[in-house]
Amino acid sequence: MLKLGVPSKGRLMEKTFDWFGARGVTLRKAGSEREYAGAVDGIAGLELVLLSAGEIPRELALGNIHLGVTGSDLVREKLVNWDRRVREMALMGFGGADLVIAVPQAWVDVDTLDDLDAAAAAFRARHGFRLRIATKYHRLVREFLRDNGVADYQLIDSQGATEGTVKNETAEAIADITSTGETLRANGLKILSDGLIHASQATLFRGSRANWTTEQRKILKSLERVLQL
Amino acid sequence: MPTSPATLTEARRLRDHFAAQGAVVVKADVLQPADLLLDLYGEDIRARAYLTADPLRGEMVLRPDFTVPVVQMHMETYADPARYTYAGKVFRKQETDETRANEYVQVGYEVFDGQNPAAADAEVFAVIAAGLAGLPLRAATGDIGVLMAAVRGLRTTEDRKAALLRHIWRPVRFRALLRRYGSGDVPPLRAALLAADDPFANACPEIGLRSRAEVAARIAALRADAAAAPLSSDETALIDAILGLRATSTDALSVLRDIAVDMPSIGSAVRRMEARLNAMAARGIDVDTLDFEGSYGRTSLEYYDGFVFGFYASERPELPPIATGGRYDALTARLGQGRAVPAVGGVIRPDLALEVGRC
Repeated sequence: MLKLGVPSKGRLMEKTFDWFGARGVTLRKAGSEREYAGAVDGIAGLELVLLSAGEIPRELALGNIHLGVTGSDLVREKLVNWDRRVREMALMGFGGADLVIAVPQAWVDVDTLDDLDAAAAAFRARHGFRLRIATKYHRLVREFLRDNGVADYQLIDSQGATEGTVKNETAEAIADITSTGETLRANGLKILSDGLIHASQATLFRGSRANWTTEQRKILKSLERVLQL
Repeated sequence: MPTSPATLTEARRLRDHFAAQGAVVVKADVLQPADLLLDLYGEDIRARAYLTADPLRGEMVLRPDFTVPVVQMHMETYADPARYTYAGKVFRKQETDETRANEYVQVGYEVFDGQNPAAADAEVFAVIAAGLAGLPLRAATGDIGVLMAAVRGLRTTEDRKAALLRHIWRPVRFRALLRRYGSGDVPPLRAALLAADDPFANACPEIGLRSRAEVAARIAALRADAAAAPLSSDETALIDAILGLRATSTDALSVLRDIAVDMPSIGSAVRRMEARLNAMAARGIDVDTLDFEGSYGRTSLEYYDGFVFGFYASERPELPPIATGGRYDALTARLGQGRAVPAVGGVIRPDLALEVGRC
């Protein structure tokens, strides 16, 4: 048995089902609409596991599932040395979103990371604490800002409605996922011109094959044939 | 093993070695308040140390080193000179390299001596070297004080010098700033902003804590910066020469004395280096073969602002440094609310010393 993890709800699940369906592998929910059990037609031995997109990276790394569909941003955020622990099998061409740094449009003096760094230094001197950036992507944002030499900021955890944190004065800037930038603009924010941290899309990953059985390796081979990977 | 019985035995031997130099043995709590470290190091500390929340005491940290608690302990007595030693576990998150230990023993030697800093630098280096005697190690040294003196002496605005000093420990941004100050170029979007009669003509309503007055203040600072003359290419070349310097200590001193002819601001830092090398030679260190690198010590998490050094396994380049140390006067100034106490210290990792000794 080879376990394939797929996001358990919403557009990401539907698009994943469509993507596999177009390639001759039918994925569907088993039983009632509310049940999180899945069924597969077209590949013998492939089992569908429905779970939260955010948990798929960890389950892949632990070997609890063998294949998984999730955003490339989530894998990079949640798995240290992700490229040594999972492998990208296919970029699926949907679920596209950019992880970006955005600041208030009213900051006419800030367009680049260089500006953000200077604004952060002045902000800290004036307010007595570091400029706050709200995000749920702590590791990706911290690494990006460190690599670019930005100082005097702090990350504030925000698990949702991040665009509203600036207006609510719980943060001065944000780092969040956006596809069109519409929500950012509606909340009075703009993207820094060099503030793209990662361009994410739905991706089919596989975990390490070190402990796979011969049967599991065969199932993967037949799946790769059918999907033409 | 980072904390095996053999390691603990070696740690005791090293601590006794430091105590025999007159150092007082001190201890520190494993769980330390985190606010001070967060204030000093910012967000980077979260990637390197284990932070946890205490419902009554706020954010706490598993000690990532002993320096801060030892400085605080010293600030209660202000004995001068004073020497301290300690041995205990420290905890460091390893975000990328799983093979590196996240819990290991450090044995340290810290000297607070305002009388003769050059002699104190030499003492710490020599005492640590003696603790590691016989091991196949290579020493690297540097002096962040020379670089800071060079920046302070640049013929440019105070704002530019402050920006460069703020990024001494972030080489990428430091270099980007130096290049921009030297080129005199203004990015197109910024040029348009600075040329505008009213920069706020098309601005959106203010949101958040950073007020329009703060934005206006920065625009004024940008205008002043755009009006300032570019940094001369002679001066940026001298900074590059300091950063690119790799030589034996004796040769490096000679090069720096040459640079000081064109850049008198580094004169006192170079004289201090000379005094340190003399003091090291007097302690039997061969400064004619001791490596010196102008950029050494700029990328660590530490707060070093003068002499810096590290000992590396000659045959095992994959190992972390066996010992590291340096001068941290700025840290004591921050912790002492302006009352600085010149301080220099270093730590040895007994587990690595044993590992290198075996092969």
